[in-house]
Amino acid sequence: MAVNWFPLWLSLRVAAVATLVSLALGLWIAYLLANRRFRGKELLDALVTLPLVLPPTVLGYYLLVVLGRSSPLGHVYEWVFGGPLVFTWQAAVVASTLHAIPLLVKSARAAFETVDRSYEKAARNLGASDWRVFWRVTLPLSRRAVIAATVLAFARALGDFGATLMIAGDIPGRTQTAAIAIYDAVEGGDTMVARVMVLVLSVMAMAIVYAANRLQQRQVTG
Amino acid sequence: MIQARISKCFPPQPDSAAFSLEIEFEAGAGVTALFGPSGAGKTLTLDSIAGFVHPDAGRILLDDQILFDAAARVSLRPQERHCGYVFQNYALFPHMTIRQNLVFAADRHPRLERHRLVNDMLERFHLTDVSGRRPHEVSGGQKQRCSIARALIGSPQLLLLDEPARGLDAPLRAELYSLLRKIREEFAIPILLVTHDLEECFELAEEMLILREGRIVQSGAPREILEQPASVEVARLLGASNLFEAEILALDPGRNTSRLKFQNHEINGTYFPGRLLGDRVWLCVRAEDLRAMRQNGSRPAPNQVPAKLMRIAERPQSVHLEFSGDISVDMPRQEFERQKDNRDWVIEFPADALRVL
Repeated sequence: MAVNWFPLWLSLRVAAVATLVSLALGLWIAYLLANRRFRGKELLDALVTLPLVLPPTVLGYYLLVVLGRSSPLGHVYEWVFGGPLVFTWQAAVVASTLHAIPLLVKSARAAFETVDRSYEKAARNLGASDWRVFWRVTLPLSRRAVIAATVLAFARALGDFGATLMIAGDIPGRTQTAAIAIYDAVEGGDTMVARVMVLVLSVMAMAIVYAANRLQQRQVTG
Repeated sequence: MIQARISKCFPPQPDSAAFSLEIEFEAGAGVTALFGPSGAGKTLTLDSIAGFVHPDAGRILLDDQILFDAAARVSLRPQERHCGYVFQNYALFPHMTIRQNLVFAADRHPRLERHRLVNDMLERFHLTDVSGRRPHEVSGGQKQRCSIARALIGSPQLLLLDEPARGLDAPLRAELYSLLRKIREEFAIPILLVTHDLEECFELAEEMLILREGRIVQSGAPREILEQPASVEVARLLGASNLFEAEILALDPGRNTSRLKFQNHEINGTYFPGRLLGDRVWLCVRAEDLRAMRQNGSRPAPNQVPAKLMRIAERPQSVHLEFSGDISVDMPRQEFERQKDNRDWVIEFPADALRVL
């Protein structure tokens, strides 16, 4: 029996895009949390952490409410892109991003906060703008932690099931990611397909976690 | 010229008492030392000037530019203040080489000039050979020089140094002092030097401000302050060991004499302007101004006080002798060799060495 590799390919593509989006958003939020004082700061932190603790179905339900065809945001999306967001692979990206972002924000905030403040003080004293201080001093000094967090975020984006299923659906060849395909294979009695997919995903996850750990260990020693 | 009037209050915290900084001073070109014990507000003063701390009230002027004015709601960002700052731990960027550290700081200069300027600074501060290394790969003295070069490369109008000699051994310290003297001559800018080392003030500073608990308790040339401390606290901060409560028994401006009583001893001094008969004062004599000797004859001569030798502490150049009645005397080593077998000691208080506070 031939294994259909499309779901795996789709998962990788969704996870890659989701990682990029959550990296951009996550670093920005982490920077705000680490450096700025504003009202509702800890509230924002809690809100960003929520996807980590909520059941995926709750997350998926929220997404449907916020981005569905009858919601204002859904209307805007349809008007801009000419089609609905729900039940497309882009919807899967949204779900995966939401899943990946807490990891990034948490690790990046901790990393930014452990950078010795005197380096940032020195940089500002030498005339560097906040932007330059971040890109030339803070980020390079927390580089390893951020890379490790990005790798983990990718792994998490790769494995999302519940929220993706709810907002992107299970359309073979369009929105059926690896995690969903495995569920379908088990349900449909395709043990062979399920086994191959499970194995591939496990090996990939293992490799990613191993790499992330290696990166973080080097951060500590050197 | 830097003129600063700064006040800043910190309410008490669970782990620290309330603290308030309330200082006003101005400093021209040359080195002005901010001297005082830890927690006196020295670094806080530098941070207020550099823009890292926002004072509650006051005004900071550098040359003709207002850096901070609470009344006018002006507060320039640290980036706009043009103060070179040498931090206590140097704060060299660990992920950049020595050269990259300087290039980062030379960003204000036009691109073409930058390269020449960096090379010039590397040369001047003897860093050319190590310019490709990271800060953790160079010596303490090189780190020190790099942090000073980095602070100066942006052509600041003011240089702030936060305990630059801390943690350096004696040869490196001497090297740093000669470097700072050279900088003082080449860059005619005010230099504020935070220190709690009195010798450093004498080595480098034209002026010194003595800070204690957030206030300036005395200011002036180091020599003057040492000669005439304004209060017992200042005398203690300057390491004066002989401080006695005394009473003025006689004052004669005509013959420029006075008579003081302390610990049941009566001694003669010079006339003390502005004091009255019967005043309770602090008598202050520096340990190196007192002379200890064997008692000649059955009674001590005038201005000599009998005392028992309690403790001997060897110092590099001298011997520090502690006598009964909390009297300390610094004696040159050779003289001590001659006198060490004395049994009955007297301490002579030279009349012109006595200060009252």
